[in-house]
Amino acid sequence: MSDGKIDFVDLRVRYGRREALKGVTFDVRRHEILGIIGPAQSGKTTLLRTINRTIDDVPGAVVSGAVRVDGEDVRLAPDLYGLRRKIGMVAPLPVGLPLSIFDNVAFAPRMAGIRNRHDLEGRVEQCLRQAALWEEVKDRLDSLGTKLSGGQQQRLTIARALSHDPEVLCLDEFSIAIDPVTTMRIEDVLRDLRSRMTIILVTNLVQQARRLADRTAFLLNGNLVEVDRTDVIFSEQPASRKTYEYVNGIFG
Amino acid sequence: MFQATPLTRRKGYSELVARTIFLAMTAMMVLPLILIVSYLFYKAWPILSPEFLLAVPRNGMRAGGIWSPLLGTIYLVVISLVIATPIGVLAAVFLNEYARENWMTRVVNLAVVNLAGVPSIVHALFGLGAFVLFAHLGKSILAASLTLAIMTLPVIIASTKEALASVPLAFREACWNVGATRWQTIRHVVLPNSISGILTGVILQVSRAAGETAPIMFTGVVFFKAIPEGKLFAYGLFDQCMALSMHLFTISTQVPDVPAALPYGTAVVLLSSVLAVNAMAIALRVYLRARKKW
Repeated sequence: MSDGKIDFVDLRVRYGRREALKGVTFDVRRHEILGIIGPAQSGKTTLLRTINRTIDDVPGAVVSGAVRVDGEDVRLAPDLYGLRRKIGMVAPLPVGLPLSIFDNVAFAPRMAGIRNRHDLEGRVEQCLRQAALWEEVKDRLDSLGTKLSGGQQQRLTIARALSHDPEVLCLDEFSIAIDPVTTMRIEDVLRDLRSRMTIILVTNLVQQARRLADRTAFLLNGNLVEVDRTDVIFSEQPASRKTYEYVNGIFG
Repeated sequence: MFQATPLTRRKGYSELVARTIFLAMTAMMVLPLILIVSYLFYKAWPILSPEFLLAVPRNGMRAGGIWSPLLGTIYLVVISLVIATPIGVLAAVFLNEYARENWMTRVVNLAVVNLAGVPSIVHALFGLGAFVLFAHLGKSILAASLTLAIMTLPVIIASTKEALASVPLAFREACWNVGATRWQTIRHVVLPNSISGILTGVILQVSRAAGETAPIMFTGVVFFKAIPEGKLFAYGLFDQCMALSMHLFTISTQVPDVPAALPYGTAVVLLSSVLAVNAMAIALRVYLRARKKW
């Protein structure tokens, strides 16, 4: 039952006294692009960290409610690392690991136990192609991933996130450190990937959600204001007045 | 460049004064070192030769070489680091990579910092009580090495932690995100990129362990011990031994009629080996920094 479906049920997260998520309930459907918009401190990144349970590594974070990936509560996941391999995660700042370009992409498969050189080479090429980076780096797979330009490193990060064959790809404000041209290329990449996996796109650019997302969720101060079809969110009549004001730049 | 105005000339004058003062301060730091080293070499020159290193002391330590104390120091340093390095590095990995910030880790970190500041004579008394008497090791190389290990341990932990912390958290998070375990992350990303700092910290402890007198004087080092000349494994773990720092003290103050060149020669050997080890650490750091990967 691998369909890349996620349910958030009354999800609450506290960091000490501060409540970052105040009871959020919605679902992410199979093979859709779900945009999540909202101003800073609205809980977007926290929400992503609950999906693959990297929230566990944040000191002082207390989570209640449930997150279900393919119907399974992540808290009860028998294999945490297997769960994390189901989720591809792309951080806001590009992170090339201090390894060669090849090893950057082969890292996750290797850690999962794939040793066969031929399999690894195939996987690396496929992921770099999917991330629209293959043509630029195919002749220098041995050079360091950290020496690539920012935009290339972000595509390398995406290639690495695809390398463990995830069902869900989460991108957290992937475009804040890269130029508009690269951003457009990555947006094309995401449109291609949509047929194969569920994509959660957290973005601070509301227009990016408008361009890409099938549905869009609006988070504000840890509350879900609304989630609906993107054309409804960006219409003159979304369910909440706040949504209208945010997407039209009246606040935020 | 604009033509000088009275203002720039006045400013130039005060700048010159400031520069001269700072340069003089710097020179005052470097000059004594140069003087010490050249004076030592000058005094020791007549006696320096390979035989001086490889001969055992003779005639009540008034003649011969320094093989026995040199070998003793090597034993003590190597054994103490063999004990302290794995414990220190593993403890640092635990503190930096696994332990959560809570009262226990805060206490441990505080203890590490304070242990690094304990005077060596206190370590000596601790070693005497714990290893020589309580553990029944007697005055021996093992007891002395353990004492030195306890002394170097906190510094190794602190320097290793610093080296580990210099690897950005983003690398770890990127690894966790693709389903790598903590150990896989440490093994493949954190350690390979902090090993230079870890090694430098360990190597710098060589010179500290070699130079200390107090901790080993009560726990395993003696005035004089006869060993066969030129034999590399002349000491056993439970033997007592001689050591360079102690030997220098003995022949300078405790033995009458020692030829002047002998203590200077000993000092030169001690100082050169410390400087050589430090130079090694610097070279290693320069080499590995050139290969820094981000």
